[in-house]
Amino acid sequence: MTTTPIARASQARSLGRMLVVRVLGTIGILLVLSIIVFSMLHLAPGDIVKNLLGNRASSPEAIAAIRAQYNLDQPLYMQYLIWLGNTLTGDFGQSIRLQDSVSNVIGSRLGITAALSGLAFLLAVIVAVPLGVQSAVRSGSWIDRFATGFGIVGLSAPTFAVGLLLLYTFAFYLPIFPVYGSGDGGLDTLWHLVLPAITLALGLGAIILKLTRTAMLRELESDYVTFGRARGLPDRQVHLIALRNAAIPIVTGASLVLTFLVGGTVLAETTFALPGLGTLLQGSVLFKDIAVVQALTLLVAVTIAIIALLADLAYIFLDPRIRAKESAQ
Amino acid sequence: MTETSMTNVPASGAGLGSGSSTQVAVTALTIDGPAGVVVAPFDFSIAPGETLALIGESGSGKTLSAKAIAGLLPAGFSARGTIALSSATIELPATDAVWRATRGRRISLLLQDPFTSLSPVHRCGTQIGMTIDAASATRLSREERTARITQSLAEVNLPADVARAYPHELSGGMRQRVAIAAALATDPELLIADEPTTALDASNQGEILDLLRGLQEKRGMAALLISHDLGMVRGRAEHVLVMRHGEIVERGVTSSVLNAPSHPYTRALIEADPSLTDRSAGIVRTASGAGVTAAAADADSAIGDLVTATDITKSFGDKTVLHGVSVTVGRGETVGIVGESGSGKTTIARCIAGLEHETSGVIEFDGFALPAGRASRTPKQMQIVFQDPYSSLNPMISVGRSLKLALRVAGRPASDLNGLLQLVELPTDFASKRPAELSGGQRQRVAIARALAVQPELLICDESVSALDVSVQKQILDLLAKLRVELGLSILFISHDLAVVRQLADRVYVLRHGEVVESGLCHDVLNAPTHPYTQALVAASIHEAPTH
Repeated sequence: MTTTPIARASQARSLGRMLVVRVLGTIGILLVLSIIVFSMLHLAPGDIVKNLLGNRASSPEAIAAIRAQYNLDQPLYMQYLIWLGNTLTGDFGQSIRLQDSVSNVIGSRLGITAALSGLAFLLAVIVAVPLGVQSAVRSGSWIDRFATGFGIVGLSAPTFAVGLLLLYTFAFYLPIFPVYGSGDGGLDTLWHLVLPAITLALGLGAIILKLTRTAMLRELESDYVTFGRARGLPDRQVHLIALRNAAIPIVTGASLVLTFLVGGTVLAETTFALPGLGTLLQGSVLFKDIAVVQALTLLVAVTIAIIALLADLAYIFLDPRIRAKESAQ
Repeated sequence: MTETSMTNVPASGAGLGSGSSTQVAVTALTIDGPAGVVVAPFDFSIAPGETLALIGESGSGKTLSAKAIAGLLPAGFSARGTIALSSATIELPATDAVWRATRGRRISLLLQDPFTSLSPVHRCGTQIGMTIDAASATRLSREERTARITQSLAEVNLPADVARAYPHELSGGMRQRVAIAAALATDPELLIADEPTTALDASNQGEILDLLRGLQEKRGMAALLISHDLGMVRGRAEHVLVMRHGEIVERGVTSSVLNAPSHPYTRALIEADPSLTDRSAGIVRTASGAGVTAAAADADSAIGDLVTATDITKSFGDKTVLHGVSVTVGRGETVGIVGESGSGKTTIARCIAGLEHETSGVIEFDGFALPAGRASRTPKQMQIVFQDPYSSLNPMISVGRSLKLALRVAGRPASDLNGLLQLVELPTDFASKRPAELSGGQRQRVAIARALAVQPELLICDESVSALDVSVQKQILDLLAKLRVELGLSILFISHDLAVVRQLADRVYVLRHGEVVESGLCHDVLNAPTHPYTQALVAASIHEAPTH
């Protein structure tokens, strides 16, 4: 019944196979998405050439140049394949609004958004998970009531309102933090990102807090917690055992929330006037800057797919039963 | 309470204070619940190396008593009384600090279900190691801890590599051994074992109890064995307390209580006990099966087969759980399938019901082949009653609505509801109740009524009485026996419990590792088993220990 070294080796092999299958699946989904993203060009209302020209004068030469650049004379599937080939080699075309290559435009703003999302997620997890655990362990106490109140506020307060409130309080009345902008890099940028990150983290944290509390409450009811206490394990250790078992729903929740975060940065970036991907997306959509919108959509899709893949892998890492089931298939 | 002093009480309160200082003595243990006293004051003491059994049905207060002594009462309950151990005396209610110093080191509690009492995501060795760490004053080195874990595993007859395994990789019996190793790693004075074998198969039950007994003698540890099963206690406990509605109704030396019970409740418990002892088996058979067996034996050959499953193989991934199993159920016949968990007995039932797709083999109903899967079966052909009546009924809707839904499926008028309730011997006013208001036995009756609403030809009972108390079990079995006669039902009865199958089945199949090792008339197979595995099962299910 117990595992021998040979069984372990074969388990490792089948886990490897499973990994390959998951990665291939993710690539498949991204290919389907790329078709949808590609067709954005053709689905956008108005004439394609006109859209691509933007506010440039539509001289016959310019039109011919655009037709050649986007291979509009070729059949549709060739257009797609050429576009896909370019995309895969990092060539997303030109931004008509900013008169620069899309990869440059995105590259210059990726850092700030990544830093903002990362900071917000970190803040949310660091505060919400321990608070959720404590409020489950001391269910009904003042800490539980505080956490529940915090959760309701975090879930219901709109991001921009929280952002404005924080700006008034901590940048205007108490001038601790800067009002807008992204700073001069390094620690200064981090300092500039604190308020927007808190703004984003509040909503995220509220969801993670609720998930953690619910999952922990369920695990604390279980027999192995009682058995742990019955054989004299210290409270801290018993709670850690329960948390380890509650980790799966928490990771699922956290990964879902993280994907929301990718879209949620727009509001925070607008409120705090941060030159990130969110404001870029907003501007590009308004301006019908299709190449940028395509690239951003694809970027978001890739990010979400990677997060989902990581969450899947986390399950396998966290739960030996899922590991056994996966390797049996 | 009034009856505690009526019997010959050899080792209770009498020796307190003046007697042997090494014995565990509990005085005036009382448990208060939200609505007053739930367990009336009682005393007991246990000498080192001895076992006291606390017997009662669920709801009698026996598990609350166990939890009170371990300081693990649920919120809303509190205990009073004194627990005197050789190393300390605990006045209840005690503070958290007192319990921290007591639990694990002086008193340990072993739970009923080894499938839930170990954390599924921690290795077994880690979980044993946690107990060792919790009780040791100094930090152990890695090697030291590993050595102690190996030693703990060896004590419960498990190899050292079990330490690397996760609970789900082990069988129920092995898991309970790991739990015992974890509970005893700190060498407590008193072990409370709350129904430690109820969740296990018959052949494991004896082994686990004997293992506990051996460890107890070796360590001079006192044990409080909580059980609903009088038969199991035979020969494994020196003294017994019988509890009912929070009061001790009888106490004394085990053999004298079992052989000459003085309280009617104890007598009822002994009579309801389905052990394969001649006495109780006789009672049960006259109550449920007499007269039916002969008729059904005729039916077996004369009227023909209702369901024939031939050469069924079922694989999950590369794991094959059924290797060419063939089962037939005749019209009006009750067929038992017996085996331990993992034997494939549930899988074959699910294949027949269409809930699993068999990998190969043919299932015929009434002479016609049924393709795999549910789509090819009609509700009128067969219905299934599951093990757990708590999860198989929708808690949000009333019993009446559940049953009316089933009647509608069958195209029967809703006015048949009362008849349906009467069929399963439930009062008609139960229609307005929700499942939460019913006991386990009543819920199982509702589940049976729901299955019978469509008037099926075959009723599949998958461990349908395993979750119930002994006396309730007997009532449900009697009901099934009555129904098969009244309705001419064919029943396929799946169970790990030989004693239960014996009460109901005409023929029996014994399954092991996905193969039928023995089959035949129930009486023949269980009285004169030919296969060594069946012999072991039969031997294990006779609770009568050799010393008595």
